Amino acid sequence: MQAKNLIYDGTFDGFLSTIFYVFEHKLKTVTIQNEFTVQQGLFSENESIHTDEVKANRVWKGIKSKLSSNGSYQLYYAFLSEEVGVEDLLLDYIQYALSQQKKVDKDYSHPSILKIAQIAKSVGREKHRMEAFVRFRLTKDDIYFASIEPDFNVLPLIEKHFKRRYADQKWVIYDIKRGYGLFYDLKTVELINMDFPENFNFTKTDNAFFATQEFEFQKLWQDYFKATNIASRKNMKLHIRHVPKRYWKYLSEKQPN
Amino acid sequence: MSFQRTQEKLKILADAAKYDVSCSSSGSKRANTNKGLGDATGMGICHSYTEDGRCVSLLKILLTNHCIFDCAYCVTRKSNDVKRAAFKVQEVVDLTINFYRRNYIEGLFLSSGIFKSADYTMERLVAVAKKLRLEENFNGYIHLKSIPGASDELMREAGLYADRLSVNIEIPTEAGLKKLAPDKKREDFIKPMVKVKNEIIQYNAEKKIIKSTPKFAPAGQSTQMIIGASGENDFQIMQTSNHFYKSYNLKRVYYSGYVPISYDDRLPQIGSAVPMLRENRLYQTDWLMRFYGFDVSEILNEQHQNLDLDVDPKLSWALRNLHEFPVDVNTADQRMLARIPGLGMKSVFKIINARRFRKLNWEHLKKIGVALNRAQYFMVCDSNQFEKRDLTSEKIKGLILQNSTSKYQKMLSNQLSLFG
Repeated sequence: MQAKNLIYDGTFDGFLSTIFYVFEHKLKTVTIQNEFTVQQGLFSENESIHTDEVKANRVWKGIKSKLSSNGSYQLYYAFLSEEVGVEDLLLDYIQYALSQQKKVDKDYSHPSILKIAQIAKSVGREKHRMEAFVRFRLTKDDIYFASIEPDFNVLPLIEKHFKRRYADQKWVIYDIKRGYGLFYDLKTVELINMDFPENFNFTKTDNAFFATQEFEFQKLWQDYFKATNIASRKNMKLHIRHVPKRYWKYLSEKQPN
Repeated sequence: MSFQRTQEKLKILADAAKYDVSCSSSGSKRANTNKGLGDATGMGICHSYTEDGRCVSLLKILLTNHCIFDCAYCVTRKSNDVKRAAFKVQEVVDLTINFYRRNYIEGLFLSSGIFKSADYTMERLVAVAKKLRLEENFNGYIHLKSIPGASDELMREAGLYADRLSVNIEIPTEAGLKKLAPDKKREDFIKPMVKVKNEIIQYNAEKKIIKSTPKFAPAGQSTQMIIGASGENDFQIMQTSNHFYKSYNLKRVYYSGYVPISYDDRLPQIGSAVPMLRENRLYQTDWLMRFYGFDVSEILNEQHQNLDLDVDPKLSWALRNLHEFPVDVNTADQRMLARIPGLGMKSVFKIINARRFRKLNWEHLKKIGVALNRAQYFMVCDSNQFEKRDLTSEKIKGLILQNSTSKYQKMLSNQLSLFG
């Protein structure tokens, strides 16, 4: 049988529809790629998969019944990593899970299970980092605005946290890398795409866009950050391990005065 | 709020508060149910880290650094020539709310120098917490200091608004306290601690009957000891720590390596190194006590009054107890797995889960994340390769040290050369 390369639209439902297709046609040698990162294989035939919510839900329900809740979380987290080849690992994981009687998500000596658990762990770490490193800045229209560039697509994972916490203020968290964001209007959170002015600098607090008091509180925060440091215990290696440099540009306390 | 005055005060009162090491913002159960600001239900979040590598989770400040006491180890002591300042209640509230709204912090850690009297000071700390909760609808984390000697009524009120309360015993022994803080008495620290402990017990009992019983300090109590200021050995320190965990149901005891801030000849002189490695070993011991099922007397006792600096306390214990090893990871119970050097609790749970599917060999263990450099001498697995030589403790220690580099290497050689 010829190898097949299945192409889906990049959504989780699209991916699950692809899994449905694999089982429906009992495919053996198969790879899965999303349509934005397709690479032509030499000996495989490409096939586009139509996203079908009903089929996706069926697959997801089936998977969930075969795993602990932690296991299905891990699958979703790993999917959001967007790592090259993660779909094939997930497929292997799912095939193994569905073929076994008992729940396999704690079978850490199985290569795909361990790998997915590890990827899910990195995504979880990035989620937690974003909950920590988001820095809201108050705009002139009274919206708390934050821009981020996470390594993985974690916006869907942090929505609940921010909604629960900042229930009485309007806020936007915008993923610049992926070009979409979350907007909370005091009632619900919506996915949004925004057009930014040409001269908009994401890392600079410009008084054309941001409230006057914003500058004062940033200054106070920077002062606090400096005053709370104990110089005789300086340990930059540890500092950078906790706050990797790639995040610095969006952290108010790491901006030059 | 006048920006410049607040800025000046913040610099002084944050600087004075930084020696309090607690930064925990976890363990509370205060949900945002009133559509207000903030939520303290999840795990804690470290929003940033200072250049010394410590986490910044709470806005940690003193209400004032005016103080009537003269404790030698304290930077805010009466006789110290430093700039003094005091926040107004509203200023602390505004700072907290505005920092919180920008996702800088998880909440407030408010401590204070003692001005006028214990109750007068405690009353103001409580006023800040009360205002945050009742006027600002704030559900974030609040950690208040219990002021030694504060009245039971005030401590009760504090617990209604705060998530955590703490009182620092600072000096591990009463003799040390007498020497360095002659105006303070151990009883004064204990009094508020006992009140809070009893209130928490009462709250837990009442909650079972009446679900709407108002929360009382849901994240519990903690305390802190200064390490290396008053000559105590590790055995004395951990005995005190164990006593406080057991007798007062503390959530945490913190160990703070003494940072020299004074020319007082009762104390290490300015310029002497902060005992960071020792502090680290004490925390490791604390973890072994709380999470790994060790009794403190197994690690520190009359024969071993100080922790080794060159190896961690679990390895050190294992080297003294070679008759307990090797452990078979495919059959051993959780208690013994947790005692293998190089295995953290995460690895222990992974092993227990994974071995249900197949017997584990070295390859599996390595992938799971076990530190085999240390662990290999203390265990066997599904493999006929294992340490067959009859090695002595010294030999094993030598082999392990040879194949590892401690992040404390530099400090280690400095500290050792002091005694060598």
